[in-house]
Amino acid sequence: MTSTTQTSRPQAFPVNWPARLGWIALTLYALYAASTLDISWARLVRGIDQGATLLARMFPPNTAEDKLELIATGIFESLQIAVLATFFGILLSLPLGFAAARNLAPGWLSTAARGLIAVCRSFHPVIVSILFVKAVGFGALAGILALIVSTMGFVAKLFAEVVEELDPKPVEAVRATGASFLNVLVMAVMPQVMARFVGLTVYQFDSNLRNSTMVGIVGGGGIGAPLFTAYQRFDYDVVLTILLIIIALIMLCEFASARIRRVFQ
Amino acid sequence: MSPSDLSLEGRKWERFTPTERFARTAIYLITAMAVIWSLRTIDIIPEFLYDAPEQTADLFKRMWPFDWAFYPAAIHSALIETFHIATLGTILAIVMALPLSFLAARNFTKNPILRWLAQFIFVSSRSVNSLIWALLFVAVFGPGALAGVFSIAVRSIGFVGKLFGEALEEARPGPIEALEATGAPRSMILAKGYWPQVEPAFWSIALLRWDINIRESAVLGLVGAGGIGVALDAALNNLYWDQVGLILAVIFTVVVITEIVTSYLRSRIL
Amino acid sequence: MSAPRPMLAEPVLSVRALRKEYQPGKPVLKDISLDFAPEGVTAIIGPSGTGKSTLIRCINRLVDPTAGDILLKGENLARLTGRDLRNARRRIGMVFQEYNLVERLSVMENILSGRLGYVSPWRAFLRKFPQADIDRAFALLDAVGLGSDFATRRADKLSGGQRQRVGIARAIMQEPALILADEPTSSLDPKTSVEIMELMGEIAKTRAIPIIINIHNVELAKRYASRIVGMTGGNVVFDGPPEALEKHHLSEIYGGEDWQ
Repeated sequence: MTSTTQTSRPQAFPVNWPARLGWIALTLYALYAASTLDISWARLVRGIDQGATLLARMFPPNTAEDKLELIATGIFESLQIAVLATFFGILLSLPLGFAAARNLAPGWLSTAARGLIAVCRSFHPVIVSILFVKAVGFGALAGILALIVSTMGFVAKLFAEVVEELDPKPVEAVRATGASFLNVLVMAVMPQVMARFVGLTVYQFDSNLRNSTMVGIVGGGGIGAPLFTAYQRFDYDVVLTILLIIIALIMLCEFASARIRRVFQ
Repeated sequence: MSPSDLSLEGRKWERFTPTERFARTAIYLITAMAVIWSLRTIDIIPEFLYDAPEQTADLFKRMWPFDWAFYPAAIHSALIETFHIATLGTILAIVMALPLSFLAARNFTKNPILRWLAQFIFVSSRSVNSLIWALLFVAVFGPGALAGVFSIAVRSIGFVGKLFGEALEEARPGPIEALEATGAPRSMILAKGYWPQVEPAFWSIALLRWDINIRESAVLGLVGAGGIGVALDAALNNLYWDQVGLILAVIFTVVVITEIVTSYLRSRIL
Repeated sequence: MSAPRPMLAEPVLSVRALRKEYQPGKPVLKDISLDFAPEGVTAIIGPSGTGKSTLIRCINRLVDPTAGDILLKGENLARLTGRDLRNARRRIGMVFQEYNLVERLSVMENILSGRLGYVSPWRAFLRKFPQADIDRAFALLDAVGLGSDFATRRADKLSGGQRQRVGIARAIMQEPALILADEPTSSLDPKTSVEIMELMGEIAKTRAIPIIINIHNVELAKRYASRIVGMTGGNVVFDGPPEALEKHHLSEIYGGEDWQ
C-alpha cells in the first residue's frame, strides 16, 4: 500500500493523493469561474431579497376565469404539440433506428443514419424551434417540427441500440420455419423490442411535453407564449398558476407512463 | 385482438387475459384518439407553409458565408461563459441534490413523508424547463450568468438527486454491515462503506448531467441568463444570419466534443 | 426398424458433394455426400468444430453452401432463393441447442410459430391462427409431455427441458418431411437429455418423421439412433448402424490422431 495511485478501497484507507488533488483543482476552478461570472455575496443577498419579493408577488396563484381560459388554450396546445411530435417523431425514428443499427444495415447506411441522429441530438429544441419559426412561421407547427427533430435524435439512437441487442437465435429459428421477412419481424423481432419501444415512447412523450412548454418562448406555440407574456408583464401570479399546472400535468403523465409501461412489461 | 371465433371442440387459446386485452385496447384507443384530436384541432396557419421551402433556402443562403470575425469579437468569451455556467451549475446542483438524495433513499430515510417530499422536489425540478427556470432567476438576480448558473443547478437537482438516490438504494449492505459491526462512526461508514460503492455511479451521473447542461446553457441567453445564447439572441434580433450560422456551428462543435469526451470518460468509469 | 443402409426406399434427403468454406481455401465441409432414409433417427457425431453444425445448417440454408447439392425429395435446395427457399424450409423442422424460443412470447405462440410459413403477416400480428392449427398445437403440447396448462406460460419462465419440448413441438407443428436437430441436448442435464432423446425417438417412430441429430454424447447416439455418421475434420469417416461403431472408429473420430 505504498503506491499513491491506489484508488480508495474500504478494506485499507490510504491517503488518495490524486483524488485529493483533483478535488482541490475542481474547487479552485469553481472559485475562479465564479469570480469571472461576477458572482458576489452582495448580489446573492440582493437576489434573495428580490426572490422574496417575487414569491410574494406570485402568491396567491391567479385563478381569474379569463386567465384560466387563456392558460387552458395554451396547455391544450402544448399537449397537442407533444402528442403530434411524439407520434410523427416515433414514426420517423423507427426506420431511422433500423438504418442506424449496425447489425442490420450496411455500413454506409448506418454511418449516414448515425450522422443524422447526431445532428438531431446536438441542437437544443429551442434552437431548432427558432430555425423552424423562421422556416414555417410562428405557431404550433414550428414547435411540433422542432420536437420531432429532438424525438428522432433520442428515440432513433436508443432504438438502434435495442435492435443491436436483439437476440439472433429466435430470429434464426423462425426463419428456419420458412416464415417470410414480415412474419419474422412480427413473431421474432417485435416481441423482443416491443416493451423497450413502448418504454422509449412514453418517456419521450414526457420529455416532449416538458419541452413543449418551452418552445412557445421563441414563438413555437403552446403554453410557453402566455407564460412568457405574463412574465414580461410582471404578472407573476399568473406565472405561478401556469407553473403549477405544468408540474401537475407532468406528474400525471409520469404516473400514466409508469402504468402503460407495466401493461407492456 | 385475438382469435375469438372458436369451434366448439377446439380448446380455447387467447393471447391475453381479458384484463390485459382491455388495458392494451384502451391504451391503443386513447393514443389514437389523442392523435386524431390533436391533428383536427391544432392551430396551424397553412398560408405560412406555402413559402416554407423558399424561407428555408433563404435562411441557409443568408447564413453562409459565416461572419468569421464575429468569433474573436463576441463568441469566444460567450462560449467560455457558457462553459462556466454549465460546470458551476452542475457542481451547485450536485451540492444541493446530494442531501436530498439521502432523503429520498429508502435505506437512509425511513419516514415516507420525508421521502415523498424529496421526490416532490425532484419532480418539480425536472418538470419545469431550464429556460423557464432561467426566466424566474433572471427576475431574481437580474440578467446575467448568475441566473444561468442557478437555473441550470435547480433544473439538474431532480435528475442528479433521483439517480444518485437510486444508486444509494442499490448499494450492497455487506461492506456497510461489516463496518457497522466494528463500531465505526456514521461518517466513516459513509466514506468507506457507501462512497466506494456509489462512486462510479456518482461520476457517471455528474458527467451525464454536465453533458446535458452544456447543451442547455447554450440557450439560456435567449431569456437573458448569460452565455452564448445572449450572442445568439442579439444576432437573431438583428437578423445577422451569418452570425447566427457561425454561433450554431460553434455550438454544434462544442456539443459534439463534449459528448465524445463524456462518453469516453464514462466508459472508463463504468 | 430396418437398417438404413442399403437404401430400400427413395431417400428423403440427398446431400451431394457438399462443400462449405467460410474463408476461401479453408473448407469446413469437404465434399460431403450422404443419403437419408425417410424414417429413423440419424445421429451425426464428432468433435466440436468439425462441421456437424455447418452441415445441418447448410441443409435448410441457414448457412449457404459453397458448392454441392441438397436434394429434398428431388428438389435441389442449394439452388433455391426467395419464396421457393421459404417454401422448402417449411418442410424442414429444426430443433436448436439453445432452444431458440422467443422468450417474451407464450408457449402457444412459440409453437404456432411453426405455421408462420403458411400465415399472412397480418394474421400473425393479430395472432389469428386457424383453429385447426391451435387444436394441433394443443395436441402437440400433450404429445411432448407438457399439457395445455403450459399454453399461456411465457417461454422465459420454463426450464431447459421444458423449453426444448416446446422447440420440438414447434418443429413438428410444421408437419415437416424432415427434422434437423442441432445439439438438442448439449444445454441440458443428463437426465433431461435422455428424456429429450426418448421423445425424439418416439416422434421419429410414431409420426414417421426422419430426424437428423448432431450430438456430442456417443452413448445417447448409440442408444437412440438407427444410423450413426461419424465426422472429423470436415469428412465423414464412419457411416453405419450403431452396432458397427467400434472403439477404433471412435478414436479415429475423437482424436486417435491429432486434429487441430
